[in-house]
Amino acid sequence: MTKDFKLDFSRRGLLKAGAASGLVAASPAFFMRNAWAEDFRNNPGNAGEVKLGFNVPQTGPYSEEGKDELRAFKLAVKHLNGEGDGGMLNTFKPSSLKGNGILGKKVTFATGDTQTKSDAARASAKRMIEKEKVLMVSGGSSSGVAVAVQSLCQEEGIIFMAGLTHSNDTTGKDKRRYGFRHFFNAYMSGRALGPVLEKEYGKERRAYHLTADYNWGWTQEESMKDTTEEIGWQTVNTVKTPVGAGDFSQYITPVLNSGADVLILNHYGKDMINSLTQAVQFGLRDKQVNGKNFEIVVPLFSRLMAQGAGEAIKGILGSTNWNWSLQDPGSQAFVKSFGAEYGIPPSMAAHTCYVQTLLYANACEMAGTFYPPEVIKSLEGFKFDGTGNGPTEYRAEDHQCFKDVLVVRGNENPTSQFDLLKVIEQTPRSQVEYDWKIFGGELGPYKV
Amino acid sequence: MKNIPMNDVTRLLIFAAVILTMPIWLIPLGGGYPDLMQKFAIYGIFAIGFNILFGLTGYLSFGHAAFLGVGSYAAVWSFKLFTMNVIPAVLFGVLFAGLMALVIGFLSLRRSGIYFSILTLAFAQMSYNLAYSVLTPITYGETGLQLSQQDPRLIDNLFIEEVSTGLPSTTLFGMKMSGYPGFYFCAALLILCFFISMRIFRSPFGLMLKGIKSNQNRMKYTGLNTRPYMLTAFVISGMYAGLAGSLLAITDPLAGAERMQWTASGEVVLMTILGGVGTLVGPMLGAGLIKYFENIFSGFDNNVLTSAFSFLPDSVAEVVVPVVGLFVGGGWHLTLGILFMIIVIFLPGGIVEGISRLTALFRKRQQSIGGNMTPQDQPGE
Repeated sequence: MTKDFKLDFSRRGLLKAGAASGLVAASPAFFMRNAWAEDFRNNPGNAGEVKLGFNVPQTGPYSEEGKDELRAFKLAVKHLNGEGDGGMLNTFKPSSLKGNGILGKKVTFATGDTQTKSDAARASAKRMIEKEKVLMVSGGSSSGVAVAVQSLCQEEGIIFMAGLTHSNDTTGKDKRRYGFRHFFNAYMSGRALGPVLEKEYGKERRAYHLTADYNWGWTQEESMKDTTEEIGWQTVNTVKTPVGAGDFSQYITPVLNSGADVLILNHYGKDMINSLTQAVQFGLRDKQVNGKNFEIVVPLFSRLMAQGAGEAIKGILGSTNWNWSLQDPGSQAFVKSFGAEYGIPPSMAAHTCYVQTLLYANACEMAGTFYPPEVIKSLEGFKFDGTGNGPTEYRAEDHQCFKDVLVVRGNENPTSQFDLLKVIEQTPRSQVEYDWKIFGGELGPYKV
Repeated sequence: MKNIPMNDVTRLLIFAAVILTMPIWLIPLGGGYPDLMQKFAIYGIFAIGFNILFGLTGYLSFGHAAFLGVGSYAAVWSFKLFTMNVIPAVLFGVLFAGLMALVIGFLSLRRSGIYFSILTLAFAQMSYNLAYSVLTPITYGETGLQLSQQDPRLIDNLFIEEVSTGLPSTTLFGMKMSGYPGFYFCAALLILCFFISMRIFRSPFGLMLKGIKSNQNRMKYTGLNTRPYMLTAFVISGMYAGLAGSLLAITDPLAGAERMQWTASGEVVLMTILGGVGTLVGPMLGAGLIKYFENIFSGFDNNVLTSAFSFLPDSVAEVVVPVVGLFVGGGWHLTLGILFMIIVIFLPGGIVEGISRLTALFRKRQQSIGGNMTPQDQPGE
């Protein structure tokens, strides 16, 4: 036991420690008094600045999206403070934004790394709330994280503006009064794709699902199954694949002999890149089954994923929340200022985060206060336009945004490395709307 | 005599004082907020427990996160089904983690060395995948297990008529377990755990474990069956992990499957090695360091850096900020990795070895002035 460590302390040191531990006995009361003295969490009071918290994946599988989200947040803060060309502030209406911060206070921000893990995301959200005193938390690139952070924000009384999250649960069974989602969901993807699939591939098809084996994958599969069966397709089989499998060949081989003529890939991120690339390598798309061309569908598409999949995405159908090639003034203004700032077009994750930040700022201006219950009330049922998706409404009952959904196809002849998705249809809002009661869940109280 | 060799009581008192004064001395370091301090205490317990197995027996378990996860799930279910009081949650967390450690330990301890590590890793990864998908009815998969207003909470509902609209919070007989009270609760348990670990280190049982570490065959030749001892150590350390897991759920009532992932198991190995394997305070130091990096360093962005380096002339700051920026914010893993390499290469005994070398250096200087050699300064073997 030569290495056994011995710490030696002088008597003086011990006395000091004793005095300090006496001090600490009084400290809990001291800190608690401060916590209860404020009328709502992180009230900026008379400070000249307000802080927003941007919680994005900076490491892990979705870090590319996280980085793009952060770029958008920084741009939004710039525009809110009246710097730069103003971006969507010029097209967003009805707007109460003045370009002098929020309610006259300069906007600053804190960032955190979610690592795409619920625990880490909650820890960094807590740090931003408790230490950085942020008024609002936004960002994220996965539904698990969104649901976890959203319920934390409900407990803490801080508004959460969700970033990229596509699961029905975020505004379904796990919805919260303090959480808002601008992004569309799996159900809406299914509704939007239905008519296009019918038109392109006909009524008599046999579909085979490969589904990422977790919450989002299941809701996506369920929505696609319902939609396709409604137009008369048959579902041959639904197979769950482990998340992050890497090699999908063992799941793709059975598809060849199953008699199916459409493969639906309910995958996202790296899973989707791998499964789609391998399906194309196996020659599925060159096959003829039941006298029809074999087709592949990817219900949730993003440009960042399309970049990863390369050649394989050509001609593949999918849905997306927003694409930079849209020609409306709002999208144009956003793409222009994003491009001027960073030299690349924004992804749909960046778009939703940018819009969410503006919407929060605008709601504060409308309410005339940062007091969360009032801000929530001005967001609920808020109708707006000029943010790239046409007329949009934040439904009061479940805090889900309703707007047009884009159906896209992988571009056969891309003109640039970013020109990967071609919008083939803008499904109108009325077609993707649903009764909020179908998913259950409760929003909870305004005051916490 | 100027330096009194420390006995265990003073050791414990100093440890307790340092832990309980955290809200004061962490403020200048930018870590004086409840959530981070809770994490320090909780992961301290986790690492101290891991060290009972790894530090004493030398058996490197790569699957300890599984027990952490089981502890969390058990605690959240206790909130959902029985009561929001934290005492049953802690008991359930420790109990279930202990049971699982018994099963996994019984199977894995048949092998040693790398085979043992791989077996535990396999079990943990299996638990993670089960929690992530197959066991979704119990674990709620990717979304994580959360409280809801419709939970039965049988015991609570016997006593109180539920009228509040929001989600209930975890309590210790009416005291809310978030923020500072939550931290003091975790800190009290951490001190208790430290005490127990110290008793184990000093006990004949601890000596037996150290014997296994230095030469298991020799122990066997003396006619001793080592396996029950190792299994006990494994279960104790699993129960520590379960306690840490239940505390995670108490301070933040949510249990996610990521808690069981192999990265979480790897993290506790890093904590222990960083701090010092087989030492009493080492794992706690390592846990604190890693959590500090994860929470504080990852939050530094270019704005913070620019203001930190604002004393430099602009032209210099323009060069310094982007370079330093690589190592903070999203690059915190990089800094941690470099630090880990430095420590493993130059200080195989971790931070504790670093401190004892510094003290030795300091003492040597005093001796050269006119000190006398005490027997305690001599190596024991």
